[in-house]
Amino acid sequence: MSTEKPKPTHPLVNKRKLEDRRRFLRTLALAGTAIGIPLLGLTPMARGWETRMRPPGALDEKDFLSSCIKCGQCVQVCPVQAIKLDDIAQGFGIGVPYIDSRSQACDFSCDAVQCILACPTGALTYHKPAFLAVRPGAKMAQPPVLLAKEKDPEPTLNLAERTGLAVLARPDSCLARQGKGFKGAARGAEFKGTMRFIEVNRWKPIPLRDHPFDVEVCDLCVRTCPIKGAISLDSVADKDGKMVKSPVVHEPCVGCGVCEMVCPTEPASIVVEARKTWGAA
Amino acid sequence: MSRYFESLMVMLGREPSKPQQFTQAADTIHALKRVEKVDWVAHKEHARAHRAQGKPWRNRRWAFLIGINLLFVVSFWLDIQILEGALTASRLLGFHLIDVNSALQVMLAHKHIIVNLLIGTGTVVALWFLFGGRTFCSWVCPYHLVAEWAEKLHLYLADKKIVSDHTFNRGVRTVLWLVFAVLAWVTGYTVFETLSPTGILSRALIYGPGLALGWVALLLAFEIFYSRRGWCRYVCPIGLTYGFVGVFSPVRIKYELSNCFHEGDCRKVCEVPHVLEIVKKGRASDAIMDTGADCTRCGACVDVCPSGALKFDIKGLSKLL
Repeated sequence: MSTEKPKPTHPLVNKRKLEDRRRFLRTLALAGTAIGIPLLGLTPMARGWETRMRPPGALDEKDFLSSCIKCGQCVQVCPVQAIKLDDIAQGFGIGVPYIDSRSQACDFSCDAVQCILACPTGALTYHKPAFLAVRPGAKMAQPPVLLAKEKDPEPTLNLAERTGLAVLARPDSCLARQGKGFKGAARGAEFKGTMRFIEVNRWKPIPLRDHPFDVEVCDLCVRTCPIKGAISLDSVADKDGKMVKSPVVHEPCVGCGVCEMVCPTEPASIVVEARKTWGAA
Repeated sequence: MSRYFESLMVMLGREPSKPQQFTQAADTIHALKRVEKVDWVAHKEHARAHRAQGKPWRNRRWAFLIGINLLFVVSFWLDIQILEGALTASRLLGFHLIDVNSALQVMLAHKHIIVNLLIGTGTVVALWFLFGGRTFCSWVCPYHLVAEWAEKLHLYLADKKIVSDHTFNRGVRTVLWLVFAVLAWVTGYTVFETLSPTGILSRALIYGPGLALGWVALLLAFEIFYSRRGWCRYVCPIGLTYGFVGVFSPVRIKYELSNCFHEGDCRKVCEVPHVLEIVKKGRASDAIMDTGADCTRCGACVDVCPSGALKFDIKGLSKLL
């Protein structure tokens, strides 16, 4: 008679081993998800970033995104609240500051580029580190003179590179080129943007709607420009060879966007192209 | 020293092990506990009868957490400029404070460190070295607070057998920490910041809500329906970074073996129960121990401990006094 036990017909399921296995696979899935999802941040880049206007003193886009710590201290110091933070749809650009010039431009009301001073990581900087290249045409030929403090001992802005460049994008709609004047609030009574007018208050920005204009030939972009010698109203030949008055942008333009904000036509005839350099097509 | 090493390894994912050596004091208490059971039960009854009610540490912690986040909000909204910025980087009365994990991401991605960044990070490292590293998590991080509420819901649903807790290998957090560091270095983007709920919530509070809150909601849903405190326990590299900062911190949760009845209430409420492995019967290698690097010093265990075995303590201070 055999004392051997009959072998079980089914191998015993080792529950602990099974749970360990499940746990391992779950962990693997968790790791994959946690790495995969943030990498989706690359996708808006693959589509081509929405070209954002960055605050003054910003490093070039890629360097700016890597050095910005997403704290918004630049937002907090801006006296005209021109700086906003991007959302998650911008991928790696989440929490990164930008300026929408048409709704609120940087008019240097702070006199000293406060946002650069506030930046803790050097994403906005007065002095670019030596290992970062300066794109040709980005560097200002001279330190830009801020008209508001032209009579001060130190009239210039500590700004080495332009953030963009103003461009007359829609010459046909430009009032000056049509020989038209302008009367009233530049952007209507509903517009919430603010600006500093030296003749009203040297230190305090006021709503643009509270400062109506009355001009025979529209030159709002020229008369509100905060930088000396950045834009002028000149006689130029239009496409039919007829001489017309037109805003002409010059090298001192830093790309602050005030002209785009005040332009009374809809959409704006003059706009600021972010990152555009002087001399580029 | 080996105890610090042990707590570091447990934080990085190793399972806590049974100690090989016990101090004389611990041995005596362990032995006592085995022998005089009747007396211990009497002690236990007595302690229970005198147990402090309520959750004082939770209340203090919530008040502090909400207070500090509110300070950020009002500094901007009322323009009182006390604490400017967000949790990733800020300025307290002008002094730079920079989140260690965010700073690490920026340094790795940008590969250039300016003085302000170094000063701000150094200040925060020093601060949390003193106050306990992961103390940041439970006393400051706004996600921690909403995750606590989500946890309550999870436990309620688990009690009703609607959901169950799915655990992961804790080592995955260490792996992810390394992966995020490497990704920042290689891609040149602060990859982790894209989904850091701490940064997202802090900015949403200060600068207004956005789409990114949807991601935070997803994380909370994951924690409610699938894995208890899943983000904080298994993923968040911020927690691990502050864990490193706090390995030698003097602020700690002190465990007094002789007062413990090994009922395990503390491990049920703990966010990181592996640090409370020492409260299991026969597991404490010394009469007085602390909970180790991964402990967030939230005080939940102090609140529930019926016998006063777990208490807040500042190492060295009791000796001085």
